[in-house]
Amino acid sequence: MKPYYLLAVLPFIAILGGAAFVNKVEPYVLGLPFFLFWIILWSVLCSIIMFTIYQLDPLNKGSEED
Amino acid sequence: MNISLLIIIVFLVLSITLGLLAKRGKDMSMEQWAIGGRGFGGIFIFLLLAGETYSVFTLLGTSGLAFNNGAAAFYLLAFTALGTITSYWILPPIWKYAKEKNIVSQSQFFSVKYNSKGLGVFVALIGVVALIPYITILFKSMGILVATTSYGAISPTVAIWIGMFALLAYVMASGIHGSAWTSVVKDILIFFVILFLGIYLPIHYHGSFHGLFQAVKEVKPEALTLPSKGMSVSWFVSTVAISAFAYFMWPHNAPTIYASKSAKSFRLNAVLLPLYAIMVLFIYFVGFTAIVELPGLKNGDFALLELSMKTFNPWFVGIIGATGLLATLVPGSMMLMSAATMITTNVIEPLKPTISEKSKSLTAKGFVVLLSLVCAFFSMSGSETLATLYLTSFSLITQMAPSLYLSLRKTNTVNKFGAGFGMFTGVAIVIYVTFSKTTMAQLFPSLPSVIQDLNIGIIALFTNIILMFVISLATRKSHSFQTNTAPTE
Repeated sequence: MKPYYLLAVLPFIAILGGAAFVNKVEPYVLGLPFFLFWIILWSVLCSIIMFTIYQLDPLNKGSEED
Repeated sequence: MNISLLIIIVFLVLSITLGLLAKRGKDMSMEQWAIGGRGFGGIFIFLLLAGETYSVFTLLGTSGLAFNNGAAAFYLLAFTALGTITSYWILPPIWKYAKEKNIVSQSQFFSVKYNSKGLGVFVALIGVVALIPYITILFKSMGILVATTSYGAISPTVAIWIGMFALLAYVMASGIHGSAWTSVVKDILIFFVILFLGIYLPIHYHGSFHGLFQAVKEVKPEALTLPSKGMSVSWFVSTVAISAFAYFMWPHNAPTIYASKSAKSFRLNAVLLPLYAIMVLFIYFVGFTAIVELPGLKNGDFALLELSMKTFNPWFVGIIGATGLLATLVPGSMMLMSAATMITTNVIEPLKPTISEKSKSLTAKGFVVLLSLVCAFFSMSGSETLATLYLTSFSLITQMAPSLYLSLRKTNTVNKFGAGFGMFTGVAIVIYVTFSKTTMAQLFPSLPSVIQDLNIGIIALFTNIILMFVISLATRKSHSFQTNTAPTE
């Protein structure tokens, strides 16, 4: 278990734990109601976080097949 | 006959022909046929896994849920983003184990991993049961597609029969390999249709996305957030959680996973798939536009098509319909084929090991027909929305997650008895609640709505997990007694 794997917990906390707090229309961001914006934001952050983990993880260095 | 229906029929004939052509001259081994010889590279695996996520449900069911229940539909995007990142940790060990043991189907994975043919039979049956509501969605969507685009000339019931025969013809003609080309066409079409509809419709009617949501706020303000009861925050959280953990549990995903060349592609997929999921946003825009533009519409599952017919020329409605058709045929054939493969290799074969290759293939085909008839029956008899069926299928398939996840650890505390009984109980709870139309509110009227609104799938999942551990612990002792005489590790 590498400590930076814990980054991947953040989207779960933000979406599952955050839903109760972001379930509102305002403020609109990029024209979207806030709740919808929050989910879009975290979908993008999911990708950025996974990219970070991918880069840090020595498993993805080199061309080994596992 | 109108031009829309004509275009749909042309696409149907084309895809069946493509399937027939793809099959000709190819004589493949089981491993070749099912999983392409484990030689698929990263980008191809990405396309396949991404493509499997988008069926006709994405078009009709997602816009329908947004139309009927507003913000509740956001759960689809939320669970996809969370579910896809599990690919990084879950899929490499699954792939590696399957490669070592030459595994080609999901039920085989369980039966080898838990060293139990019985569990393999059981997982095959659960997989088929979970696929039933999903395939029912496809038939129902076909019914909606054909009935709507024929401008009422064909009744929904007749349309479902036509849809069923179309899918059967397609499956019999092509097999999984023939789907590859149709699948590419389907992915390109669905990508552009979704982006075009999601951008054009709000701008055409409301000037901008912000304008759209302002208009929705005028006519149906409650659609923009989750309600305090029913599809509330606790419904949302529980539904996103079970669906995310179920994400890669589908039997028809398993062959794609095994087809990969390396484990690295799954880790790269965890980076790319959440971005691809954002496509669903544009389908929400279609559903929300329909809220404002089609105030009289009763069933949201017709929203995308009705709105398209109101806005576009019949030929373009035909293109949308053809996209829906391909988005039914491709996933539908994958589901039927994987169900048939699991039943013949993991249920029939262990029961009757002497069965010949020829009668095996005949059994598989007979099973495809039987399963189609069952699903056609359900799609005609039930009045559930597409989204309700989708939720049921996920509540069922998620019951496989605990024993699969735990089996990937070095030392698995769960044994075959725990895994089997846990899954059985979870699935039984979901089926009982679905068929008796019981709600948590009826079962536990005195509990607060935070608990009443929970997705029944999560209640079933908790029961499943508890039983899985308790039974594994209880049966461990007697089991180790039996093996005591064997040399220790």
